[in-house]
Amino acid sequence: MDLIAEGVTGAFQLFISRDPEVLRIALLTLRVSGLATIIGAVIGVPFGTALSLWSYRGRRRIAGLVNTGMGLPPVVAGLWVSIFLWRTGPLGFLRIMYTPTAMVIAQTAIALPIITGFTMAGVGQLDPGIRLQMLSLGASPWQLLYILIREARLSVLASIMAGFGRVVAEVGASMMVGGNLLGQTRVLTTATSMEVSKGNFGFAIALSIILVAITYVINASLTRIQQRS
Amino acid sequence: MPRRFMLISVIALMILACVGFTAIGAPKELILATTTSTRDTGLLDVLLPIFQEKTGYNVKTIAVGTGAALALGQKGEADVLLCHAPAAEMELVEAGDVINRQLVMHNDFVIVGSPEDPAGVKGLKSALGTLEKIVDAKATFVSRADDSGTHKKELQVWNKLGFEPSGKEWYLEAGTGMANTLNIANEKLAYCLTDRGTYLSMKDRLDLEILVEGDAILLNIYHVMQVNPDKHKVVDGRGGQAFVEFMVSEEVQSIVKDFGVDKYGSPLFFPDADKSMEDLEG
Repeated sequence: MDLIAEGVTGAFQLFISRDPEVLRIALLTLRVSGLATIIGAVIGVPFGTALSLWSYRGRRRIAGLVNTGMGLPPVVAGLWVSIFLWRTGPLGFLRIMYTPTAMVIAQTAIALPIITGFTMAGVGQLDPGIRLQMLSLGASPWQLLYILIREARLSVLASIMAGFGRVVAEVGASMMVGGNLLGQTRVLTTATSMEVSKGNFGFAIALSIILVAITYVINASLTRIQQRS
Repeated sequence: MPRRFMLISVIALMILACVGFTAIGAPKELILATTTSTRDTGLLDVLLPIFQEKTGYNVKTIAVGTGAALALGQKGEADVLLCHAPAAEMELVEAGDVINRQLVMHNDFVIVGSPEDPAGVKGLKSALGTLEKIVDAKATFVSRADDSGTHKKELQVWNKLGFEPSGKEWYLEAGTGMANTLNIANEKLAYCLTDRGTYLSMKDRLDLEILVEGDAILLNIYHVMQVNPDKHKVVDGRGGQAFVEFMVSEEVQSIVKDFGVDKYGSPLFFPDADKSMEDLEG
């Protein structure tokens, strides 16, 4: 019990004192996971919509791949991104291993299938009549896409929340491609994991509370947008 | 239509990826692969800013087990290594993977356990004798089992004893860092081989105490070495050499001598740049 009290008061103290290091870690967490989610949404939402609507050869196979990708374990994403980004690897010349950019790439690989998959499922549940109606009213493909995403906005926002929730919570990929470098690539999950391994349970609990608080605030705002519409 | 979407998706990915490439063009960087113990004690946090100021290198510290650190060096994924597994390091020296290997410092390993001491090892002078008693008593022993320098040291002692503990039900293989392993030993009231520094830094939270110390086989010896730039063209030979020279410089050696005294009452490391392995192992 002492430990929990120590962690909770520790978290409060960190909030109040605005410890610059913790602030930087929290901001980096938001930046990396936020950017990965945005990239994942920019690609995944149109892609998922397209997958659920248009029929062409190989569609089912791609949908199967997307659904498998939804369960992509972060350490697997981390390992494969590492293999490409290591400086002796095929993309090593970019020199982005152990940078936030590498973490964004790995997290995008994790978020993209989730956002695509949930969008695909959500748009697939719309009344197929909408599409025919819009096309008969002379909507361009872009207008059609826009209208369908708007119609399915509840599912689309849910897919984005699921994607963000997954990447902000993952530790394996960030640890592997980021290296948990102080002031450079340390995020809340890798910091928590490191503090536990160092035996600083109080500080780890404080970090975990901050992480959950951030996730709550983000998801609560997205939920508000979702419910308002 | 879908093809156009995919094209647009790919373009969008490229644009957004470029936005993220802010780290390109950063100052010259040096990758140091080292053991978790040097990071966890905070020694590198003191030393690296000095190195950066002197040379302009931004050092990226990848703290992993010694086995992983050596593997990163072998692959050319690090420029310089700071490790504590002399036998494994010598293999890399002989294979030409690393060069310019220098003795930096040492501390020592100790065998800790619960005060009840079911195997009755407290105060023994010999590490071999201690493990022998633990085997006889079938007392629970927690191993790092993560190919780290500490794990290699533990295996060295088992090996010398001629006993294979893996698979015995009282022998727990944790596969994790030192502090986590100590926590497991603490919960299980088990014996454990640990480096003194990590144990001292966690002592207040543990019920474990030092039972056996001082055997020459328990020395924990750190060497710094640069990855051979002739083997991989991405390796920064100049930076690696600068780091090796820095670690054995008088300035660093005197920082090492006093590091941790204010916090733990005794130093965590003993500087050795002017000594040889023979001096240490006497």
